[in-house]
Parts: sequence; C-alpha cells; structure tokens
Amino acid sequence: MSRNPNATEPADAWDAVVRFDDVSMRYGREPETLRDLSFSLPQGSFHFVTGPSGAGKTSLLKLIYLAAQPSKGLLHLFGQDVAQTPAEVRPFLRRRIGVVFQEFRLLDHLSAFDNAAVPLRIAGRKPDSYRQDVAELLTWVGLKDRMHALPPTLAGGEKQRLAIARAVVGRPDILLADEPTGNVDHEMGLRILRLFLELNRLGTTVLIATHDQDLVARSGMPVLHLEDGRLAHMGPLSAGARP
Amino acid sequence: MSRRRRSGPFELERWRPAPFLPERDTRDSALVFVVAVLCFLACLTALGVIASDRAARGWSHQLSGEMTVIVRPKANETPDSAAARAAETLAGVPGVAEARALEREKAEALIAPWLGEAADLADLPVPRLVAVVLDRESPASARSLEQALLARGLDAVVDDHTTWLADIQRGAAIARWVGLGVFLLISAAAAAVVAFATRAGLAARREVVELLHLTGAEDAFIARLFQVRFAQMAAGAGLVGAVFAAALGAALRLGGGGDGLTPVLPVAWSDLLAVLPCPLAAALVAAVAARMTAVNLIRELS
Ligand SMILES: Nc1ncnc2c1ncn2[C@@H]1O[C@H](COP(=O)(O)OP(=O)(O)O)[C@@H](O)[C@H]1O
Ligand SMILES: [Mg+2]
Repeated sequence: MSRNPNATEPADAWDAVVRFDDVSMRYGREPETLRDLSFSLPQGSFHFVTGPSGAGKTSLLKLIYLAAQPSKGLLHLFGQDVAQTPAEVRPFLRRRIGVVFQEFRLLDHLSAFDNAAVPLRIAGRKPDSYRQDVAELLTWVGLKDRMHALPPTLAGGEKQRLAIARAVVGRPDILLADEPTGNVDHEMGLRILRLFLELNRLGTTVLIATHDQDLVARSGMPVLHLEDGRLAHMGPLSAGARP
Repeated sequence: MSRRRRSGPFELERWRPAPFLPERDTRDSALVFVVAVLCFLACLTALGVIASDRAARGWSHQLSGEMTVIVRPKANETPDSAAARAAETLAGVPGVAEARALEREKAEALIAPWLGEAADLADLPVPRLVAVVLDRESPASARSLEQALLARGLDAVVDDHTTWLADIQRGAAIARWVGLGVFLLISAAAAAVVAFATRAGLAARREVVELLHLTGAEDAFIARLFQVRFAQMAAGAGLVGAVFAAALGAALRLGGGGDGLTPVLPVAWSDLLAVLPCPLAAALVAAVAARMTAVNLIRELS
C-alpha cells in the first residue's frame, strides 16, 4: 500500500496511528474544552498543533497520552478504541508514546542521566543495554557535562532538553511535545527541530504543540490549528491559519 | 552515594539506576519519629500487661497454696499446746505439705496494729495461728482441715484466703483488661499514624506517581514501589521503638534485682521478646496504607 504520511484522507485514516472521530472533551463540569474534533494522524506523519493560548493544544495532547478521556466521540490509538482498551493494556499504549511535557515533569531527586533513563527502566530494559544510548542522546542535546546534575540545578533550557531526551530515548511510535522550544534559544530550537525531524524520518509519528511560528515555517510541516477548542484548519501552514 | 554522583566526572560504566523513590527523605523524619515513639509506647504497654499479669498470678499462686488456721485455746489448755496440737493434726492431713504453729510474738505482731501500742497483750487470750502450706499437686480443702481439727476437739477457724484471693484476682483481671485496652488503643493510634503519615508522604511524591504512570508503568509496579519504601521506613521506626522499650524492660529487670521488680512488676527476660512483632506490624500497616493510597492516587489519574 502506498502511503502519503501527511495525507488525511479517509483511506489512510483507518490505519492511522491517532484517529479522532467527533471527539469532545471537558474538565469536570466545565463547558467543553475541545469540541467535535475529527482528524487522523497517519503513521510517520509530522504535524504541529497551533492556536492561541487556551485554545486547547495541551488538552488535545493529554487525550492522546491517555491523561484525559473524551467526553464524547471516539479516539483510536494504534487502531484501538481507547475507551474499550482494558486498564491493564493502557500502560503498554503509553510506553509507545513519548511526551515532552510543557512543565517538564523531571524527577528532582534523580540525576539527569537517571531521568533520561526512566522510560527504558519502566519498559524493563537492562542498564547495560541502554547506558551508551542514553549518554549519546544526552551528549547530542548538549547535556554531556550535566549527566549527574539534579534537575533543580539545571537552567530552564537544560531542563527542556533533558525532557526532550527522556521523551525520545525509548524510540516511541508517537512523539508528543508541548511547547518544546519555549525555553531554548533560536539555535537550540533548530537543533531540537532537527532531532524531531530525524525521529520522524525513522518512522515516529510526531505532534508538536507550539507558539513558535518560525519553527513551523522552517519545518514546512502541516498544522492542526485550534481556535477555542475547535479544529479551525488542518493542512499546510497558510496565512489564514496563523495564530 | 548521591554525593559521589554529583562530584567528579560522570562515569558511564559505573552508573547504576537510582531508586525511583529517594532512599532517604528529610520530609519523612517526623514520620519516623512519631512511628518510633508510638511503637515504643505500644511495646511498653505490652511489657506492662505481661508483667502485671505475672505479678497477679504470682500472688494468687502463693495465696492459694497456703491457709491460715486460727486456734482458740480452750480453758483447760494453754494456747501454746493447743497450737502445737493443731499443727501436729494438720501436718497429718493428706494434701498438707507443712503445718507450723507461729510463735506468740508473731501472732501478737499480727494483731498489734489493730489493738494499738498501749494494749498489754500479755493479759489477752490472743488466738494462735498455724500456717499451713498445701501440697501443690493435690491441695487439701479447707473443709478437710476443719474436720480434722474438730475430730481432735480443737476450736479453730480455717482461713483459706478466699476473700483475699478473690480481691486479688478481681484486681488482676481489671488491670489486665485496662492494660489490654491501653495496648489496643496505642496500637490503633500507631497504626492510624502510620497510615496517615504514609498517605501524606505519598501525596508529597505525587509527581513521581504521575510521571511513572504517564510513562507507562503499571499500577502494581508503582504501588509496590511505595509499599516497599514505606514498609521499610515503618519497620525501621518500629525497630527503634521496640529496641528502646526492650532496653527499658531490661533496665527494670536489672534494677529490680534477680527477680525483677517482684512482686509488683516482675519482668522476665523472655518478656522482652514481646516487642519483636512490633516492627513487623508497623511495616504491615504501612504497606497496606501505602498500597491503598497509591492505588487511589493512580485511579485519580486515569
Ligand atoms: N486541569 C484543568 N482543569 C480545568 N480547566 C482546564 C484544565 N487545563 C486546562 N483547562 C482549560 O482548558 C482550556 C484549554 O487549555 P489548554 O489545553 O491548556 O490550552 P493551550 O495549551 O492551547 O493553551 C483553557 O480554558 C484552560 O483554562
Ligand atoms: Mg498549553
């Protein structure tokens, strides 16, 4: 089957890695934060989620990394309806998803090296099988000399790079990143983009929520543009979709 | 270990995964202290209950093995000879190990407090006492003693200490129940504090629970992490409390001489073993509390 990774036609939608069918989502008894979202992310695609602050970018990512559930509609991950997925299986879906959280969520009592290794340990890998990989990855994101530093001693940009290293270390099938270039300079932003593109080239489906128009423009990748919880535009970055 | 990790160059080959939960956490020192104190008190109460129970047993054992016979001399007989005859008679009764007439002075000394210093006991017909020690295996009954004395024409009353015994046994029973009640209360308080502190400690590590959960750790894995961690902590605190209680028990034993503080609180060396279950119980309570809290916390997340 021929595949166009960035196509969103129904033909590809059925074997999409992520598929939203009329999905809405709300926090508690609040009005709906996300409304009637329908789209799919084919395997190996690369998208940005754009939109003004409060539009629901983070909430959209939460649905995908299974930290929230749709209040309406169907969400499929790897072809599985997540509402029907047994609780015992959900951890294994999560292991296939790497997340760069906006607030990093690093563990303060663990060294940078240990933080980066968390997903591999949870997946049950033996230290000898990954210590070299972790070291290389940390070197690559510029943390070569900070491997045994504790997160509270890291600068904002260093924390961000560490969070990114942890998200990608397990070669996830899906990479979600929430404002991953928010705390780094332009140069490091480009390095991070190149890392994401490289992972994407190796087959990872990438979805990045960002404000960074320059990043979106440079990548040339399509956007999911949210406005007030609705999907306002999906496809190549166009003048109309600029936040 | 963590200090070494933060100084000098990073040595990749020597790197070992650090525990997901910090091994020591200053936030837990209050928890450890309170658990240790409560375990100490619970152990101490347990020792107290055991010792007072032994004391009560000792007293009633002693009293039930003895009887006192009060001999009232008849007109035609001197008190001394009546007492001697009574002792001789009683010694022959089956189930009596020993019967001994107490000297006049002893009998007088016993009744003097009731009569006052001034009284001239020489003028009074002071009844004589015969102390009877019963055979442990098949003790004679008060009735058989009375009948034997009657048969020899002796006017005597047998005191089998029943009233004393009943008093002591009632007192001991009350003490035992009160002790047990206090022990149970303190144990329950200790368990509640362990559970409460465990939950507080776990809530303080919410970020660890959340991250591991979102990274795909299974619920049981996360729960076990906290269960083991808090059980270890509670076991350590329980051990400290138990050791201090046992040390105090040993001090009482040594301070009270060879027989301990007999007959008030006779502590035996073997009693000190009663503190052994304490660390285990503390660990168990903490493990259950940690598991329940962790599972609840995880359930909130998904
Ligand atoms: N945990 C939450 N509880 C209640 N409301 C929330 C929560 N998180 C986000 N929201 C609300 O949902 C809306 C979308 O938020 P979010 O997804 O964070 O937007 P974005 O990432 O695009 O800035 C906002 O109005 C925000 O206030
Ligand atoms: Mg956001």
